[in-house]
Amino acid sequence: MATKVTMEALSPTMEEGRLVKWVKNEGDAVKTGDILAEVETDKAVMELVARADGVLRKRLANEGDSSPVGTLLGVIATADENIDALVGGGAAAPAPAAPAAPASAAGGSTAPANEAVAETKDTAGATAVPDAPAQAQGEASTPPQEKAQATAQAAPPRPAAAPPRPPAARPPQQGNGARPAAGTQSGGRQRSSPLARRLASERGIELGKIQGSGPGGRVVKRDIESAVSGAGGRSAARSAAAERLAAEGDFRDVPLTQIRKTIAKRLAESNGPIPTFFLTAELDVTRAAEMREQLAEMGDEYKASFNDIIIKATALALAEHPAVNAHWLGDKIRQFNRIHVAMAVAVEDGLITPVLFDADRMQLWEISAMARDLAGRARERKLTPEEYTGSTFSVSNLGMFGIDQFTAIINPPEAGILAVGGVEEKAVVIDGAVTVRKRMRVTMSCDHRVIDGATGAKFLQTLRRLIENPLLLVV
Amino acid sequence: MAVVTYRDALTQALREELQRDDRVFLMGEEVAQYNGAYKVSKGLLDEFGPMRIVDTPITELGFAGIGVGAAMVGLRPIVEFMTWNFALLAIDQVVNAAAKMLYMSGGQYKMPMVFRGPNGAALQLSAQHSQAWESWLAHIPGLKVLTPGTPADAKGLLKSAIRDDNPVVFLEGEMLYNTKGEVPDGEHIVPIGVAEVKREGSDCSIITHGKMVLVAMKVADELAKEGITLDVVDLRTIRPMDVEAIAASVQKTNRAVVVEEGWELCGVGAQVVDFIQRECFDDLDAPVIRVHQEDVPMPYAKNLERLAKPDAAKTLAAVKKVLYLD
Repeated sequence: MATKVTMEALSPTMEEGRLVKWVKNEGDAVKTGDILAEVETDKAVMELVARADGVLRKRLANEGDSSPVGTLLGVIATADENIDALVGGGAAAPAPAAPAAPASAAGGSTAPANEAVAETKDTAGATAVPDAPAQAQGEASTPPQEKAQATAQAAPPRPAAAPPRPPAARPPQQGNGARPAAGTQSGGRQRSSPLARRLASERGIELGKIQGSGPGGRVVKRDIESAVSGAGGRSAARSAAAERLAAEGDFRDVPLTQIRKTIAKRLAESNGPIPTFFLTAELDVTRAAEMREQLAEMGDEYKASFNDIIIKATALALAEHPAVNAHWLGDKIRQFNRIHVAMAVAVEDGLITPVLFDADRMQLWEISAMARDLAGRARERKLTPEEYTGSTFSVSNLGMFGIDQFTAIINPPEAGILAVGGVEEKAVVIDGAVTVRKRMRVTMSCDHRVIDGATGAKFLQTLRRLIENPLLLVV
Repeated sequence: MAVVTYRDALTQALREELQRDDRVFLMGEEVAQYNGAYKVSKGLLDEFGPMRIVDTPITELGFAGIGVGAAMVGLRPIVEFMTWNFALLAIDQVVNAAAKMLYMSGGQYKMPMVFRGPNGAALQLSAQHSQAWESWLAHIPGLKVLTPGTPADAKGLLKSAIRDDNPVVFLEGEMLYNTKGEVPDGEHIVPIGVAEVKREGSDCSIITHGKMVLVAMKVADELAKEGITLDVVDLRTIRPMDVEAIAASVQKTNRAVVVEEGWELCGVGAQVVDFIQRECFDDLDAPVIRVHQEDVPMPYAKNLERLAKPDAAKTLAAVKKVLYLD
């Protein structure tokens, strides 16, 4: 039985799509769920998957062609089947299998379109049914006791209590954008109550990141509530801004505008896969140095290095500039609401980048202690993978080696890295008089696909304001 | 407010309506000289005489038919069935005559009558005399089906039923007749089709009616000791059903247990659950669970009867399950 391959509605608003690339050739054997082609929707480049097993007998659209939803793009059939009627026939046949829309509704209205496709694949043929009691109805001959027992046995085992929250958001998986919808279920589908889905959607929480405490791992209301109240619960004294960010979820995906797409493509052609540019600023760290001394006088537990001060300032500046706290994901930019700053640590035969999670919410002394601990264990090679992945921005400091300034290489998919030089006494002119000040040069490497010159410059302005007025770091 | 029994509340309603409207009369087995099999009509023969309080032979189909005919010519009969189990013999008059008369006569004949009597299981009356019929009766367009669970509702709903121009099925309970509660004196009307939240709570809704309201209240008391508060919604009327009250409660608590005396399949609870999934889908945090009689004819043996009936323990377990506390 031949099956038509049609332009499917791969996003709820998609009316037409552009066939970017055929992944399968005519004559290739395909299985249901195999990727046939990449299609650019109004939002992103998505995968068009096979809705039947067989051979891709015919490709009827060329790469680069745009066609309305429903257009016949190809035919899947057995190797020797006559498909003339289909190939010659009308083009506007409806998609043979369920389009993405219903699955997207099941996944919550804010689910990105690529998740909708993943869901379609996962749930094809298996409607989600909450665990109905396995009680046969209408069998008058079943004695009640037996039936009660049967029901009890059918009840799923209780899951363990909700585990503590993972230390931080994991970095998004790289690849074609087809991330699995969720974690723990064997079928790949996260079970959740309708209320939990609604609450998660309202609060911008990704259900897939939550461990369900209901039967069979079902995410229920209390799981959402504990995820919200537990978010970043490390510090009781969270700022209002941090509360707001947590309430809105861990990140926000920004669809690529046409201008952004063009910038990305043209600049990448010109300058390697990551079109990087550099912004250098010389900061006055006289006051920061004074603050360091004062902190040291208060006791060892308050000691902070320049690097700690820079990390704290960077984190706070990132909070004000979410466009910089972002990843380039190929089909979109992901701006993170949480701020995880990686710091490059030199080890014997290379370097490693342990992460200070939620650095914007940590006190300076907390950053110092954690940075010291992470750097020490990095050199002993005792970091766990969770401790050096998941960052949203990086800082690299070669000041201690007497380096005045340098350019650091971006750690993809991050969009920026800050290279920090050494602190040096310099003669500078202030109000017409030459004075000696402590100065430090920082150079920010920016992925131009994500960060424009002015965006990066404004970020550095904020960083300058924070470092030159270091009390802002402790208030 | 006086505290009276469910039985006396019904008698008050009958007396007041018999006094109020001389078209009203009561008819049934043992209602007059014996003062009613359950003494609901106690003293009414003396007060209103044999033309208004009428003893019948053991002929359910016959006197139900007389009632239908009397209603057609403008009287307002109250037909008492000694139990609703016996009303099966008269079901043709209830379903085929009373329920359809207005419709099939093109609006020419109103049917201002009440069929009333005890419904559901009492104690060890065995399979044929321990049945709850509300899901059968509520299935029929043309009938209104009332299931008061408290003395106040018994009085207020019976008065509404007698004044209604449509055939009303009024389901009492043998085990309810002796229960006591506050009943407003004199004119007390409970509107048909309006549920009442008998207990306010926030953790789970119990939606129920009739005798099971008392079970739900007991469970609410029990769980209050654990800090769990229940919203107890007493439907009071099965047809027409107060969907808004159900939705308001479930939208508040996000979970529901539906309790009824009858069997599971196609029961009243099945309809309630259907309303909930339609009206409250995005509010639900757990599947709705039903508590009902086990799917067997009611056993006579005391221990088996207890196991077959819906009760507080089963309801409590269901509430814990929808709260994910089991």
